Amino acid sequence: MTKTARALVGAALSAALLAAPAASADMTGRTIVIATEGAFPPSNMTRPNGELYGFEIDLVNEIAKRENLKIELISQAWDGMIQGLIDGKYDAIVDGVSITGARKEVVDFTHPYTTGGSTFVVMNSAGIDLPMNGTTAQLDDPVSIDPAVEAVAAVLDGKTVGVQQATIQSAFLEEYLQDKGVKVRTYPNGSDVYQDLSIGRIDAGIASLTNVAAFLEKNGDKAAATGPTFIGGIMGAGSGLAVQKGDTELQEALNAGLESIVADGTLAELSQKWFGLVVTPQQY
Amino acid sequence: MDVPYFASLFRDLLSGLPLTLNLAFLALLGGFVLALLLNLARTTRTGTAIAGTYVFFFRGTPLLVQLFMIYFGIAQFEFIRSSFLWPLLREPYWCGLIALMLNDAAYTSEILRGGLRAVPRGTQEAARVSGMSSLQILRRVTLPIAVRQALPAYSNEIISMLKSTALVSMISLMDVTGIAREAVAETWRAVEIFLCAGLIYLVLSLIVTRATSRAERALSPWQFGARQ
Repeated sequence: MTKTARALVGAALSAALLAAPAASADMTGRTIVIATEGAFPPSNMTRPNGELYGFEIDLVNEIAKRENLKIELISQAWDGMIQGLIDGKYDAIVDGVSITGARKEVVDFTHPYTTGGSTFVVMNSAGIDLPMNGTTAQLDDPVSIDPAVEAVAAVLDGKTVGVQQATIQSAFLEEYLQDKGVKVRTYPNGSDVYQDLSIGRIDAGIASLTNVAAFLEKNGDKAAATGPTFIGGIMGAGSGLAVQKGDTELQEALNAGLESIVADGTLAELSQKWFGLVVTPQQY
Repeated sequence: MDVPYFASLFRDLLSGLPLTLNLAFLALLGGFVLALLLNLARTTRTGTAIAGTYVFFFRGTPLLVQLFMIYFGIAQFEFIRSSFLWPLLREPYWCGLIALMLNDAAYTSEILRGGLRAVPRGTQEAARVSGMSSLQILRRVTLPIAVRQALPAYSNEIISMLKSTALVSMISLMDVTGIAREAVAETWRAVEIFLCAGLIYLVLSLIVTRATSRAERALSPWQFGARQ
């Protein structure tokens, strides 16, 4: 190795060693590139001129403002998005990514910014009213879920519930309610569930809070969400921002931002604005 | 090859077989009765017009469209939903069965018409001379000959109906195809799953082919080299 080369390597090494603590000391000077899909309404969408907007766009902009982060949002296809994060093409993902055990093995997550809950929806004309309306049933906690399932099953016994195939909600019905007399009818398309619900062919439907909210936005005078909101367990732990494994600086900065907007109710306001109801955590 | 997976897959798919067979059998039975009535109607002028129009519409449109019309279309009308028909039409099973039955009747009535027209006029005249009533002639002479003539074409219709039942998976019924579609949505193993489902239909078709060719031999032994 020549002198020059050795000097260059040494310079590069010291630069790398110096750069790392510098970045961890504060986030200023670092531009955080955040990938999103721009096609997942109402969380993230793209205007005809290419501008991104939606619930999650407002969310990250608010966090950036409060934590003094310099961010850049880019559009990416959902297919391969997590791999792109692992490969270091960008620093974070905001795209309604559900926090699951398998994903936690390859990326780190911030606090969840949605509760990831699911709820039953019924037509007002059907006259079905599920108990424990507005409460939350935590699937991981037997004290919370068991009475909720019992109460719901008592009302839905002999009734038909529609659900989209191969979803967390269909897994939930199969595991918790099918053996308690609830008839489960599965549909290839989510929209068919609402179609059959509207004409009274099924007595109730079940879907994610955001999905139900989108239906109620147009049919709020005829239908209603009812019963407890089911979260956790096979229902997932909500959506969080994904960052590269070990990027604790960014994770902490984003978490601090989330804590701040949850604490003063800004996140709930954003949820109300985009979803028409609060699907976000009230506290951490 | 993943043998345990295929074994459990077949078990799952076969749990939809009773529904597939139930729909095929009842649709063929109901369709045959309706086809008979359509052919009886053809003895009068108005009846001919009605039967002709019926066949024109049900043979001229896809079964899937008919199924959707009955399942999604009719249900849109408030007066249907408040009528005595709703308990029936509310259930996807009855919508599926009705669509299959009405469609089958159109095809079967044409097959039967061909068979009836092939009955030599002389046989009926001979029966009348022997003093049989119209109903007796129909039961003892006309229908046996007509059915015998129509059997080869009708065996096609049986197989076709057996396969058409797969369409009911579009209206949330869990027949063999419905179960296959759900399994694909869950595991994305489309090739294995649809291959197994296809195999089940293939075996069913084979059984029908064998059974009808035996019936043909039994009904027309002289055509198969039997001693007269």
